Amino acid sequence: MGETARPARYSWGGDEFIFVELAEEMSLQANFKAVAITNLLRAERPDGVLEICSANASYQVRYDPDVQEPHAFLAHLKELEERVGDALGVTLDCRVVEIPVLYRDPWTTETLMRFRDRHQDPEATDIEYAARINGYASVEEFVAAHSGSPWFTSMVGFVAGLPFKYQMVPRERQIVVPKYLRPRTDTPKQTVGYGGCFSCIYSVRGAGGYQMFGITPAPIYDPRQTKPDFAEHKVFMRPGDMVKFRPIERDEYDELEAKAEAGDYRITTKDVEFDLQPFLDDPDGYNKRLLEGLA
Amino acid sequence: MTGTTIEVRKPGLSTTVQDRGRAGYYDLGIPPSGALDQFAAVTANRLVGNEPGLGVLEAVYMGPELRFTGDAVVAVTGADLPPRVNGEDRPLWESFPVRDGDVLDFGFVAGGARAYVAVSGGIDVPVQLGSRATYALGALGGFDGRPIAAGDVLPVGPGTGTPGRVVPAELRPTLGKEVEVRVVMGLYDHILSPAGRESFLSTTWKLTPVADRVGFRYGGGRLETVERTPPFGAGQDPSNIVDAPYPIGSIQVPGGVEPIILHRDAVSGGGYMMIATVISGDLDVVAQSAPKTSTRFVEITLDEALAARRDHRARTERVAELLA
Repeated sequence: MGETARPARYSWGGDEFIFVELAEEMSLQANFKAVAITNLLRAERPDGVLEICSANASYQVRYDPDVQEPHAFLAHLKELEERVGDALGVTLDCRVVEIPVLYRDPWTTETLMRFRDRHQDPEATDIEYAARINGYASVEEFVAAHSGSPWFTSMVGFVAGLPFKYQMVPRERQIVVPKYLRPRTDTPKQTVGYGGCFSCIYSVRGAGGYQMFGITPAPIYDPRQTKPDFAEHKVFMRPGDMVKFRPIERDEYDELEAKAEAGDYRITTKDVEFDLQPFLDDPDGYNKRLLEGLA
Repeated sequence: MTGTTIEVRKPGLSTTVQDRGRAGYYDLGIPPSGALDQFAAVTANRLVGNEPGLGVLEAVYMGPELRFTGDAVVAVTGADLPPRVNGEDRPLWESFPVRDGDVLDFGFVAGGARAYVAVSGGIDVPVQLGSRATYALGALGGFDGRPIAAGDVLPVGPGTGTPGRVVPAELRPTLGKEVEVRVVMGLYDHILSPAGRESFLSTTWKLTPVADRVGFRYGGGRLETVERTPPFGAGQDPSNIVDAPYPIGSIQVPGGVEPIILHRDAVSGGGYMMIATVISGDLDVVAQSAPKTSTRFVEITLDEALAARRDHRARTERVAELLA
């Protein structure tokens, strides 16, 4: 994890963006730095800053160069980087969120069968392929690993409200899978996907290149804001949300889906303060305490 | 002139309500949206006496057929998409009246790609997250979160306009089949080899038919990358990065082929190397590119980009003064 000790790499994104790569490799620590720096910047609300986007191991800012002189503004971002330092002392106010998942569901299975010509292993399903290349003896074991430890929402984006999630386990236990050889033109809404070291939940139906493992009945994007979890925001997931995937069977899926359809579904959440160093010292013990009292 | 509405008889190819876009939600994957050609959209509003940020229609390649209930003043800017009222030609870049029952439609596009139709009072769909702009991928904004369809009735706000206002020829953009687009190199351009970088800037790229509000994809060659083991979490291809935010205007090159310029409905982040960013003003030039447009990417410095920004703004302000 010492990799994030090197200074960040700053780059101009034309005349309106500054892009900052905090680390080349993915790590929770790099993500924490991105969240911590962008939180500081949000708290300052500098004039002329239009967008502050925290990402997995990087962030970007959109600004009006007529209001914020670019070189001075970049120097200020470097100061914020110094203030955050290695991010080990940073604590974040977070939520722990439970997302039920029907793994190997009929809808993503139907979709993946339509796109076998774009896949590394046309003879297997996405989850069979992912289990095999990650050395799991069975899909059941793979599901146990995928749902066994929580996930940190390291970035929201791609399309409206889509969360990228990084599993809160040491590097040697990370699941890594490639993306499709060529992206699909279709993905069911609320598909639980996987690409590189990231799990995601597709917030809307559309194109996608991540492997498809299952589906959740929990809505995570509601542009009309008619559902109870969306009174304040159209988007449910936010950077810092920690997600526990809970495997469910078809009966429960149908029940929860009917509830979601009727506008009665509430996502189970718990507010917590997350502390990086104690987590790094004992991830499994920390995760266990984190998930206590959930559901 | 209140209570005017517009009945959509034919929607055109992909006609959406747009404005100057929304800011502040890109971190949740909601891009700015708004008119791809901002100069044309703002100018259309000014021609009909609107505030510059009111809702306009953005038509791409093919115009809609619209029937007005009530009187209004209309202007069309952007692409050479000739307007007609009840079958009679009307000028571009000039405001003209329409009366209750009149039908506005369009001839064939003779240049450019996107036309902007402004109506006195503005297209008055609800403001969502600070803007009337349509973001179709997220079913947000515009008319019901989607391109307009036959049978839709578009509300028009209260407003009065003056017919016969004109943007002088020297202030209208030129629409060519060969364009230069100025870029600031950077982001992940270090993944390109020196030869890859050189061919990015020396190739004449041709816009493919894959060009929409999300991105414009260009063909013309393969860009060589340096020898590289992608970092943990990135993926396997040398062009893969740990998924990062994408600036509007950034140019990504998946697999080293077919550069894609992300535009105002951009996917907000992803795992492909970006190698440069189109300067803000030249996004208007990209917006008017039709498939097969020959495109050269011209590298400029940040200081030159800031000077170009001032020029772009001066032109916009000159139009504002003329039409004030």
